Amino acid sequence: MAEKDNLKKIGDLLLNNAMYIIIALAVVYITIMRPSFLGIPSIVNILSLTAAKLPIALGIGGCIVLTGTDISAGRVVGLTACISASLLTTVFKVFPDMSNAAPLPLVLLLVIGVGALVGFVNGFSVAKFKLHPFIVTLSTQLIVYGAILMYLMRGVNNGQTLSGLADNYRSFITGTLFSIGGVAVPKYVLYSLILTIIMWIIWNKTTFGKNMFAVGSNEEAANVSGVNVMRTIIMVFMLAGMMYGITGFLDGARIASANANTGLNYECDAIAACVIGGVSFVGGIGRISGIVVGVLLLQIIFTGLNFLAVDANMLYIIKGLIILIACAIDMRKYLVRK
Amino acid sequence: MKMQETNASANVLLKMEGICKEFPGVKALDNVHLTVKAGTVHALMGENGAGKSTLMKCLFGVYSKDSGDVYLEGRKVEFKNSKEALENGVAMVHQELNQALKRNVMDNMWLGRFPRIASWCPLTSEKKMYEETKKLFEDLEINVDPKRVMSTMPVSQRQMVEIAKAVSYQSKIIVFDEPTSSLTEEEVEHLFRIINMLRDRGCGIIYISHKMEEILRISDEVTIMRDGQWIATRDAKTLTMNEIIKLMVGRELTNRYPEKDNVVGSPLLEVKSLTAMYSKLKDVSFVAKKGEVLGVAGLDSSGRTELLENIFGIATRKGGEIYLHGKRVMNRNARESIANKFALLTEERRATGIFAIRDIQANTTISSLRKYYYKGFPLLNNKKLTEVTEWGINAMRTKTPTQKTQIRSLSGGNQQKVILARWLLTDPEVLLLDEPTRGIDVGAKYEIYQLILNLAKEGKTVIMVSSEMPELLGVCDRILVMSGGQLAGEVDAKTATQEEIMTLAAKYA
Repeated sequence: MAEKDNLKKIGDLLLNNAMYIIIALAVVYITIMRPSFLGIPSIVNILSLTAAKLPIALGIGGCIVLTGTDISAGRVVGLTACISASLLTTVFKVFPDMSNAAPLPLVLLLVIGVGALVGFVNGFSVAKFKLHPFIVTLSTQLIVYGAILMYLMRGVNNGQTLSGLADNYRSFITGTLFSIGGVAVPKYVLYSLILTIIMWIIWNKTTFGKNMFAVGSNEEAANVSGVNVMRTIIMVFMLAGMMYGITGFLDGARIASANANTGLNYECDAIAACVIGGVSFVGGIGRISGIVVGVLLLQIIFTGLNFLAVDANMLYIIKGLIILIACAIDMRKYLVRK
Repeated sequence: MKMQETNASANVLLKMEGICKEFPGVKALDNVHLTVKAGTVHALMGENGAGKSTLMKCLFGVYSKDSGDVYLEGRKVEFKNSKEALENGVAMVHQELNQALKRNVMDNMWLGRFPRIASWCPLTSEKKMYEETKKLFEDLEINVDPKRVMSTMPVSQRQMVEIAKAVSYQSKIIVFDEPTSSLTEEEVEHLFRIINMLRDRGCGIIYISHKMEEILRISDEVTIMRDGQWIATRDAKTLTMNEIIKLMVGRELTNRYPEKDNVVGSPLLEVKSLTAMYSKLKDVSFVAKKGEVLGVAGLDSSGRTELLENIFGIATRKGGEIYLHGKRVMNRNARESIANKFALLTEERRATGIFAIRDIQANTTISSLRKYYYKGFPLLNNKKLTEVTEWGINAMRTKTPTQKTQIRSLSGGNQQKVILARWLLTDPEVLLLDEPTRGIDVGAKYEIYQLILNLAKEGKTVIMVSSEMPELLGVCDRILVMSGGQLAGEVDAKTATQEEIMTLAAKYA
């Protein structure tokens, strides 16, 4: 009896931490095959990419806590990246009348505003019309994509990729923060860190954060308890939109160009990272630290697979499987065992 | 100790012997036995957590028992799931209805065994379903259209459908788990008629309930459990209410209601011709005083809940005015009502009360978060949150391991205490309590009554809806009786009788 219980306990422990165990094994395996995987350049690379993908995941995390999702995220990143790249450039194809790059802070505020606007439309539709976030963000995803395409046709650009970015824009984002062992750590790692801290405070230390978790766990009870459910939902989506806007701003400079496909499928990675990090689709559950760990682990896996020279097409299959397994393991915790 | 049933064994339908079930760290069932004879109603009693539900789950194969045997008509059985039990004539009417609400009555009745047009044809026969449902309903005197969609029906009618479903399986053993918790007195009578009919047909009925008056009325035998153990099986005729309580709680509970020592003061709340937009609540006016416990009685769909919801502003009003301290308050939504010092404990604890997966602290503080900011700085102060939660746990005497425990792991009574604490932290003057003791065991009920009276003593006004009349008579000062969405009358709780209230409740029904 006791032995059986112990075995079951160990089994549960293994299953509940399966994601971490798989990743640890993967790291060990990759390091044996390619020792440079744990070298400083590789680690800095993993950390930088994690930082780049973190803000969007922090935004989507809130939507998932509300038992929702946001599949418009990638396209919003694309739109805001294109806006940033078109205004902070040396070749003004979208706005042929401009002769100087727009001021950085102004553009940053603009893209945050654009993200917030899309977020507001998402949140308002979800809260007011009681639509499922999937349907709402599916619609806005298409609308935003259309907007990107139209935007890129403006002026004399004719739909081309935007490049030739202003030097101050590039250096503000990809400039060296500091160097370790001769490897430069880019500045956006710091920005990502600041955003993470801000989001942690919002989630844990504000009434809005607590209300978000309450609405995610029981919307009806939240309403009776005096939570402004509509405002909370709208704010969660707006906050997410702002994060996408910032991601777009960072990504334009990070990739050094922007086009209609910038940001494509970013939401998939972000949602996967959230789920791996324990933000549950059950609603009302999740931590910022979990999201950070989720993004990091996912990045380790992808970088590792690159190190092993795994076929790029195969990566999609592996990504899909990881999401499926992570969700299945997560769900185990909330099932009422019968 | 085993009951000797040798000579009467032909009469025994169901026998459970030496049932044990252990969960990690808890002995949920310890050598429990239960014998149900044909043509009898066997009541199963015990406080929440005594093991009644676990025993039934072992019977239906929801849990696998660690040891013990189950015999059905002398044949040893071991059901793997409730479907297998059903096929063998053992049915259960659940306390929590698991129905497909978006489907109609007959779809629910025949779910899992839809009749076909012909045995070779995989199409279902709506006609057969309709006719057989209709016939069964006539048999049981249930007045429900088989084509009505479940979600449009009140809980009590849905419960009747569930009972009819159990009957339709030609079951020999039917388990009723708290069947009356959402029924009105009238519907309870109807249910008892059905149960008596089943008993006369030779069925064995297992009846689980907290309501002692009912148990003594309907049952032939009573088995009492406590802490996972069998305590006694007695003939119902020889038992009294006090004896049952004593056996259930293992100590003497002298009073079911605490002593009333609240002092009723001057008028505090005045409601004038309150009329709802989307329910039949019409033209309700009353005055509630400081320090008063005002009861609201009535049948299930008489507008009791709607009255509270309209006062609190979570239902849309068509007309009417609310005055607090003689000043008009609008209470357009829950936030405004809370700011105006109202609080509402909802009827459906699970659906609209608790945040199941959140911890005690989150559940306690959600309605008053803004009070726990750092001084002059709108960020939440953990220390303050912990302090007020601690206060809530102590003041309500909530039994919980820590304040970081998920609320769903507490018993119903303790969950209710957490929600009460949540409301007290908003510092209300008027507390609207909708069925505050539903699904709570005897000991915890007493504590809730005590809390209600303490609030009244502090000068708060408590308006309490309940379908248990003895409770209203025992705790309240005055009782408003609702009927068909209107106020049918008002009685003094000290002098009123249940008959008086029933007559009023039927006035516009």
